[in-house]
Amino acid sequence: MTESQSREVTFKVDGRSLRGRQGESLLEALRRYGYQVPSLCHHEAVSPYGACRLCLVEVQKGKRRKLTTSCNYPLMEGIEVFLDTEQVVSNRRVVLQLLLAQAPAAERVRQLAAEYGVNDTPFEVEDPENRCINCGLCARVCKEVVGVEAIGFSGRGAGKRMVAPYDETAEDCIGCGACVFVCPTDCIGMSETGGIRTIERWHRKLPLKTCSVCGRHFAPTFQLNKFAEWTGLPRGHFDKCPDCR
Amino acid sequence: MAKAFANSADLKAYRQQLLKTRRTETKTISICAGTGCCASGALKLVDGFHRAVRERGLEREVTVRQTGCHGFCERGPLVVLHPELTLYQRVKGADIAEIIERTIQGGEVVERLLYQDAAGHRFVREDELPFYKNQMRLILAQNGHIDPTSIDDYLAVGGYQALAKVLGKSKPEKVCETIRKSGLRGRGGGGFPAGVKWESCRAAPCPDGVRYIICNADEGDPGAFMDRSIMEGNPHSVIEGMIIGAWAIGFPGRPQGYVYIRNEYPLAVERLGIALEQARRLGLLGKNILGSGLDFDIKINKGGGAFVCGESTALMASIEGFVGEPRAKHIHTVESGLWDKPTNLNNVETWANVPLIIDKGVKWYTGIGTGDVSRDPWGGSKGTKIFALVGKVQNTGLVEVPMGTSLRRIIYDIGGGIPGGKKFKAVQTGGPSGGCLPADKLDLPVDFDALTAAGSMMGSGGMIVMDESTCMVDVARYFTHFLADESCGKCVSCREGLRQLGRILDRICAGEGRPGDLELLESLGRTIRSASLCALGQTATNPLDSTLRYFREEYREHVEDKKCRAGVCRALISFRILADKCTGCMICAKKCPEQAISGEKKKPHVIDQSKCIRCGICRDVCKFDAVVVE
Repeated sequence: MTESQSREVTFKVDGRSLRGRQGESLLEALRRYGYQVPSLCHHEAVSPYGACRLCLVEVQKGKRRKLTTSCNYPLMEGIEVFLDTEQVVSNRRVVLQLLLAQAPAAERVRQLAAEYGVNDTPFEVEDPENRCINCGLCARVCKEVVGVEAIGFSGRGAGKRMVAPYDETAEDCIGCGACVFVCPTDCIGMSETGGIRTIERWHRKLPLKTCSVCGRHFAPTFQLNKFAEWTGLPRGHFDKCPDCR
Repeated sequence: MAKAFANSADLKAYRQQLLKTRRTETKTISICAGTGCCASGALKLVDGFHRAVRERGLEREVTVRQTGCHGFCERGPLVVLHPELTLYQRVKGADIAEIIERTIQGGEVVERLLYQDAAGHRFVREDELPFYKNQMRLILAQNGHIDPTSIDDYLAVGGYQALAKVLGKSKPEKVCETIRKSGLRGRGGGGFPAGVKWESCRAAPCPDGVRYIICNADEGDPGAFMDRSIMEGNPHSVIEGMIIGAWAIGFPGRPQGYVYIRNEYPLAVERLGIALEQARRLGLLGKNILGSGLDFDIKINKGGGAFVCGESTALMASIEGFVGEPRAKHIHTVESGLWDKPTNLNNVETWANVPLIIDKGVKWYTGIGTGDVSRDPWGGSKGTKIFALVGKVQNTGLVEVPMGTSLRRIIYDIGGGIPGGKKFKAVQTGGPSGGCLPADKLDLPVDFDALTAAGSMMGSGGMIVMDESTCMVDVARYFTHFLADESCGKCVSCREGLRQLGRILDRICAGEGRPGDLELLESLGRTIRSASLCALGQTATNPLDSTLRYFREEYREHVEDKKCRAGVCRALISFRILADKCTGCMICAKKCPEQAISGEKKKPHVIDQSKCIRCGICRDVCKFDAVVVE
């Protein structure tokens, strides 16, 4: 963190005076104070992206007041934030209608939409089974937290999709499941059968290591080899499961 | 070529020497070798003229020069004979001998190669043509005169004089101030005052002194080619502007330059590359430029073909090697841009304005255009603007006019009006995200603020003229699909919003419009505009908004009456043959791809509506105007 980011600033939310750190995500600051601001593409462990457009707020800075997403708005001294204005809510509702049309099978989208009184969409549904909303959280976690870049977006516009390279097997995927854990709409899919872990969406199948002590499958061998490589620990260290180590 | 200039005195001396040795008394054949004319055979003409001159032993009296785009692309390939300025248009290889023998040697004019207007009047001199006469060519001034691959040509017409005037002589802050006071605003579309941007970038904290100076040459608007023609025709003017910018913004730090250019512009890439190499050899790029202490060089970065990479933050992401997605600009790029360094990005045409302003001064420059910028750089629009005038207009091509020129003057006086006796319907300014303005806006002065107020925008300067055979709903549909395809796909509001907008418009054009559709379009449009992150999404609904605002009746007809008055939307029209006009020539029956037309020879024909696919070929081929759309 740079010096300027650790500086404390004062800002206002619906007239209430609050404090936060310069440059931190406005959304995170709001949530710290207990404000409910919806979002699907944000996670505090990774950098903000601003894709789902649900965390809209109005921000007044000097004379200018504008609608903006709060996740990627860096907190600044003296700004005034307005949370659920008519403009915020009406735009959020249209965004929810759009998300309902894109990912009608996503439970979390349906719930959130219902909270805003949006139970139906006036827009055409392309794939009734679809759950992915292109929030990109999986790829950000893979890159920023796991340190692997096994997946990424391909294409652009409405044809944009999150895929493994060439939509074939994600060869770099270590099968850690972080993407599955973080996905807000549960559209990646992970299963374990017969000593094999499968990350469905990335077409990745990885044999699991058997613990030399207790005999249970505990992690993909490929992943443990990577850990050995990254940490410099002897491979033998990873022969046992964390419980037996 | 000379050796590298150590200082501005060297440059001046070299220019003096150039002017002395140049044969000013010779006749010059200048051939437009812009992309358009090259496509219609200009390079063969260049070779042909060289050969013809050589064969006749005229090398001493006649110079053959290939130049950049002259702008009258409709009539290419163009050949201009200097010093008489005789303009020959649509010249072919077979005309070369005649031009040399009759005009160059005989002093006569070859009538059939002259430009002829709709009234049949022929024009001899280039500067007498209404297309050129009514323009004010400052940025394009040298395009028809210099060889873009020759730095000597540029130096001879006064090139790099502005650079010599400021480098090591004017304080960088003073140069920024000059640009601010000139009122120069960004020609790429945003219209942000360039001087204010320069000053902010200069003032941004930058411990290691690395500031990036970028030229945005990712001209992606369909039908727009202003920037391409500047780079193809006068690349040094852009480079000179950038070096002046590097001095003003980055000295005494370590400024570095980039030109981000579309890979689809091979000729511009090539000519810019040549120009950069020449500038390096003469010491105009590199270390200690003209002895001023400024170190600066420019790299070319070729774009991968995404429209959105014309957006500044997407462009910077692309240079860094990432996918071209825009990011939020709450922290401005002048503070943290390319590789998180202070970055100043201007468009090609903006950079090309810089030497001109330095050379001729603020007072002269602010004398051109609208408003008053003496106190506020947002107070007006100064200088000229180049437009790519295309569509349903007689003279398509590049038009440079003072800011504030009316649409009418551009479309009628310069563009020659609408061809085929048809009626003007609308003009779209500002490229795919621009708005469509109707006939009662023809007297609007074209500047940044007037266009925005009318629901359109300056954009980078595309100008598409539409006549009565254009369906405005179809226009909105077309541009919505274009932008949906070109959206980076990050924001839900833009990606899904434009996709759904396109679908609703598809439905309306297919005759499946429903009550409430117009309100749905409006509500969705509002969200796309206000909830999207970058300018692509924020301006994407301009075609929709402006057509709804000015041509709402046409939407209503599509939705309620299931009619398309322009005869464009196939589901809403039918073709019929007028029995009293049909001569029974049978050509329509022969050309119909579906064999939907029947009838005996010399008797009126009939279209079987159940077979007709409404392709309109019958109407196109009928010589008697017997086929009508209903």
